[in-house]
Amino acid sequence: MELLIIAPIVLALVSALGSKWNKWITWIFSMAGLVVLLGNWGSLAPLVKGAEFATLVDYPWLGETVHFQLGIDGISFFLLLLTNMLIPVIVLSINSDKRLALIPLILFMQAGLNGVFMAQDGLLFYLFWELAMIPIYFITLMYSERDAFATTIRFFVYTFIGSLAMLASLIFLGSKSLNGSFAYTDLYNVQLSFAESIWVGAGFLLAFAVKIPLFPFHVWQPNTYTYAPAQGSMLLSGIMLKMGLYGVLRWYFPMATESIDFYQPIIMTLAVIGVIYGAIIAMRQDDMKRMIAYSSISHVGLIAAGLFALNSSGFQGGLLQMFVHGINVVGLFVAVNIIERNFGTRNLNELGGIAQKNKLFTVLFFLVIIGTVAAPLTNGFPGEFLLLKSIFDYQATYAVFAGLTIIFCAVYMLRMFQFSMLGECNTETENKTIPIAQLIPLFVVAFFVISIGFFPQWYLDLFQNSSAGLLNMISNVKGVLS
Amino acid sequence: MNPIALILLFPLLGFALNGTIGHKLPKGIAPWIGTLFIFLPFVITLGQWDILSNDVEATIKWDAYTFFNLDGIIFKAAFTLDRLSIWMTLIITGIGTLIHLYSISYMDHDPNAAKFFSFLNFFVFNMLLLVLGANFLMLFFGWEGVGLCSYLLIGFWYQNASYGKAARKAFIMNRIGDLGLLLGMFLIIKNYGSLEYSDVLPAIAQGTGGSVLLTSIAILLFIGAMGKSAQIPLFTWLPDAMAGPTPVSALIHAATMVTAGIYLVIRCEALYALAPIANEFILWIGLATALIGALIGLRQNDIKKVLAYSTVSQLGFMFVALGVGAYTTALFHVTTHAFFKALLFLGAGSVIHGVHDRQDITQMGGLKKMMPLTYITFLIGTLAISGFPLLSGFFSKDEILASVFHHNIVAYIVLVIAALLTATYMFRLLFLTFHGEFRGTDYALKDVHESNWKMTTPLVVLAVLSILGGVLNLPHYLLHTDGFLASWLRPTFLIFENPAHTDITTEIILIGVAISIFLFGFIYSRSRYITKNMSPEQSTAGIEKVLSNKFYIDEFYQKAIVRPIEFLGDILFALVDTLLLYGLTFSVHPILRFIGRFNRKIQNGNIEYYLLYMVGAIALLLGLNLLFA
Amino acid sequence: MLTIFHSLEISHYIYLSTVLFSIGLFGVLFRRNAIILLMCIELMLNAVNLLLAAFTEYMGDVQANGQMFVFFIMVVAAAEAAVGLAIIVMVYRNTRKTDVSFLDQLKD
Repeated sequence: MELLIIAPIVLALVSALGSKWNKWITWIFSMAGLVVLLGNWGSLAPLVKGAEFATLVDYPWLGETVHFQLGIDGISFFLLLLTNMLIPVIVLSINSDKRLALIPLILFMQAGLNGVFMAQDGLLFYLFWELAMIPIYFITLMYSERDAFATTIRFFVYTFIGSLAMLASLIFLGSKSLNGSFAYTDLYNVQLSFAESIWVGAGFLLAFAVKIPLFPFHVWQPNTYTYAPAQGSMLLSGIMLKMGLYGVLRWYFPMATESIDFYQPIIMTLAVIGVIYGAIIAMRQDDMKRMIAYSSISHVGLIAAGLFALNSSGFQGGLLQMFVHGINVVGLFVAVNIIERNFGTRNLNELGGIAQKNKLFTVLFFLVIIGTVAAPLTNGFPGEFLLLKSIFDYQATYAVFAGLTIIFCAVYMLRMFQFSMLGECNTETENKTIPIAQLIPLFVVAFFVISIGFFPQWYLDLFQNSSAGLLNMISNVKGVLS
Repeated sequence: MNPIALILLFPLLGFALNGTIGHKLPKGIAPWIGTLFIFLPFVITLGQWDILSNDVEATIKWDAYTFFNLDGIIFKAAFTLDRLSIWMTLIITGIGTLIHLYSISYMDHDPNAAKFFSFLNFFVFNMLLLVLGANFLMLFFGWEGVGLCSYLLIGFWYQNASYGKAARKAFIMNRIGDLGLLLGMFLIIKNYGSLEYSDVLPAIAQGTGGSVLLTSIAILLFIGAMGKSAQIPLFTWLPDAMAGPTPVSALIHAATMVTAGIYLVIRCEALYALAPIANEFILWIGLATALIGALIGLRQNDIKKVLAYSTVSQLGFMFVALGVGAYTTALFHVTTHAFFKALLFLGAGSVIHGVHDRQDITQMGGLKKMMPLTYITFLIGTLAISGFPLLSGFFSKDEILASVFHHNIVAYIVLVIAALLTATYMFRLLFLTFHGEFRGTDYALKDVHESNWKMTTPLVVLAVLSILGGVLNLPHYLLHTDGFLASWLRPTFLIFENPAHTDITTEIILIGVAISIFLFGFIYSRSRYITKNMSPEQSTAGIEKVLSNKFYIDEFYQKAIVRPIEFLGDILFALVDTLLLYGLTFSVHPILRFIGRFNRKIQNGNIEYYLLYMVGAIALLLGLNLLFA
Repeated sequence: MLTIFHSLEISHYIYLSTVLFSIGLFGVLFRRNAIILLMCIELMLNAVNLLLAAFTEYMGDVQANGQMFVFFIMVVAAAEAAVGLAIIVMVYRNTRKTDVSFLDQLKD
């Protein structure tokens, strides 16, 4: 499985060298990860269905204490699937041949993301975590439409501070572990006092809360999503923020279990506030990308709340919704990108009537919208149902407030659809039709909208055992939760 | 193949066919596909009737697949056809077929007819999902699905931005209710570990769960019903929903979708029978809705708006019946209402079609000569809804009044007033549209034409049903036994027993009241609009102005809820997010720069200073070493 | 010959080299002329050389490792002086100055 990390790096270098590659060849490059992942399904399947985070690769790396150790279970596999499936979609949506550096950077990032989701060693995890940041730094810096430097440096420094806090926590854990090892199981076996656990937990949570982003740590996010190139926004919202949620599940919960009781009410409250806060602001935005940015705060707030409810439906719903949110938000950004590319603006006040000449696009865009709105038989529903159920099981009043998302989400999503697609045409939207080739990424998205909507169990099967195993590891072994 | 699978499959297939290749087919094919694929499930459902009628215990089940599985709680896509759901299915597919047939010529000139039929089929699919589902999850799927279809169909003419607004309003207000339903479902899962009717309802009937729990579940589910069935305070979407094509109003916003709330309560009869507080709540909500809907209906001048408020009011009647525990009666009224309200809407559609897409009754009058068939059927519908003796509405409404009379006399009086208003506004509508002088200004009476057979056939069929619908559940005083529907439904109820019957004198008094209500409404409207030949009121002043402005409820919601939220959104964005959070966080940056301005002097690029610092630092370290060693 | 060396205490060498080193250090820190800087650096190196040679002798190191270092340092110092002078010549050609305080390009 090292190939999942090596192959994208090699292909990134290759595509960087041959700067005049045909778009389709680079697209095939981007498929490599998915091919490797699915090609190994035969050998991975038993591990994926297993309850524990099984080691795949283990080389000594920095002396005795730090190993190049990769592992997999259902949770990792599911997020690897998301990453490697979305990368080709994102590459397909690139609209200009002038953005030559974009493809190598995306591929490079793919390597980092794959590493994050597989790392089984604390320092390795940190390494990949930062590795994934480097390409997105350059993507936003080089191709942002406005305030590139200010936006990028703020985003980078802000997330980096969080990451350093996490590094401190990891090093502290490593210093207490057996032989100073950073291996996942060794770190997990470290016994922390309550006070230590609070500090270690704070380090992890700061990094993850910034990345998710959880209210009020989201300040970097709206501007970055808005001004970054479409592909950058897709990478950030579709995949990178899942690193934060994954980190909470994989690293924070098991490593600082003792602190969960302390942080649970705080995070739950912040997450539910974020759900409403993001939604209310999203309702008033005219810039489609900014609207999606705020809606994303709302959606991930719900996921974070579900994870912190610490029950089975929360974990499963959270994981499913990570996948679904990745797909839907990429679909939304692709659609916005198509609109902006063809009609020259993404301001809702300057659009309207696109549906009249572009039926297929309308249908696909609407599918993504109702997926996001979580209508039944689309992909948003099962995850949101499970998440709200988990929050309800934690505390019914929280569920009432978090449940407002199903109302608010309909408000801003349908508003966006109305003002962009429906209504009267204007001079800009009157006579243009969108070429079918641009719609290909949306077909992939639409496939997942429908298939997860109708058959969520197919996807839940991938990680149900692992998520139960993880929950068991958190709740029973350390005996924090009754 | 399982009959339920077939029943569900055909509308879905129709949706898929018309949605994908419908517009490429030769003109006129797509509508017939749509109609046929609703008629086939009707036939299939009828074929199952015998199985259910021969054996009171019989149900037809279909477990399609496991939707998802959560720690042993299995959420199934499972369906069941029992005596309640077959009744609803027949209404949906039967009336659905008629309305599809009607739509063929109604939507004839629309270039997007295939899309229309595809949405309509999808609506029927979702509605069937709702009534056939064997658990709350499938009910919720259908529940949200019909909301979505309603959104799509209200906004069918999407170029018009105000239609789009109405569509979004409908969807969003429905979602408010859906949240209640969803929370109710969570409460059920938490306490009963399942969403299957067959697990939950018997457990409730056997007394599992305290009264607080049952009441909370009942009220939460009812909030869902309030959204879908347009009850106060969530009713304002329904009149706006009239923006959609008229067949949509007939099918979705009169006959089927809006009765989903009533279906839900009847389905959960075991729950509601044990939650008296919730019942009282339902009763008063229903009463208020019945009254306010009827009051507003008095002074509307849009032919469809009058019918819309009439629907709101009639739905209130049904909830009143549910509130007093008369479940059979409520379903009976659902059925007859489906007949006569679909008839009235289709009649209205025929009128609108005949006068070239105008809906304002101030511009109509005297149409009965030009549209005789439409007039007669509309008249029958009006008589039925107003409670003309022996027509369908007479029996069902009388039953509701009778059950309320036994329950609460105040509620009875309020409901009598609402019924009286019903007769009044319906005859007002009839007289202003069809009788008197023609008042149109921008078109001539001779342009008005009767509709073709595809539109009139459903009218005639529905008119016959509106006349004869009463036989489905004739009252006790005529039969001296339970009516057909009452005995048909009894096996599906876990707790509810058909109420004991009162003595004949009370019945006669009640019937007398019912008939005088009808007569009063008729005579009042006749004297006002025919004898005195008054033209429709323009909103003048006082109470009439309030009525024609719908009690300013929309304006109130706008000012009290929508504006504050929008304002909050702006405030949060401008002040909290941009200024406070963003500003505060990144104000660190100028502070650091300020500090840097001093530090910069140290780093002046002159190598001597660097050396000096180095030597100084080494000396310091050495000194410290000497000091502490 | 050796006895002459041994007639002195090790401490004398240490004092001498400390004085030499300090002279060199202060020269580096406070003189501006690049050539004098270079000479001062040589002086510091030679102070260390003297110390190394002396310690080798007094510790009785038969293999004379310390003196080996002295040779290394002398070679490196010669190379350094050559490169340093070349740089100074270049700087002088460009700026007509050998004043190091004028060269503050590092700060950018």
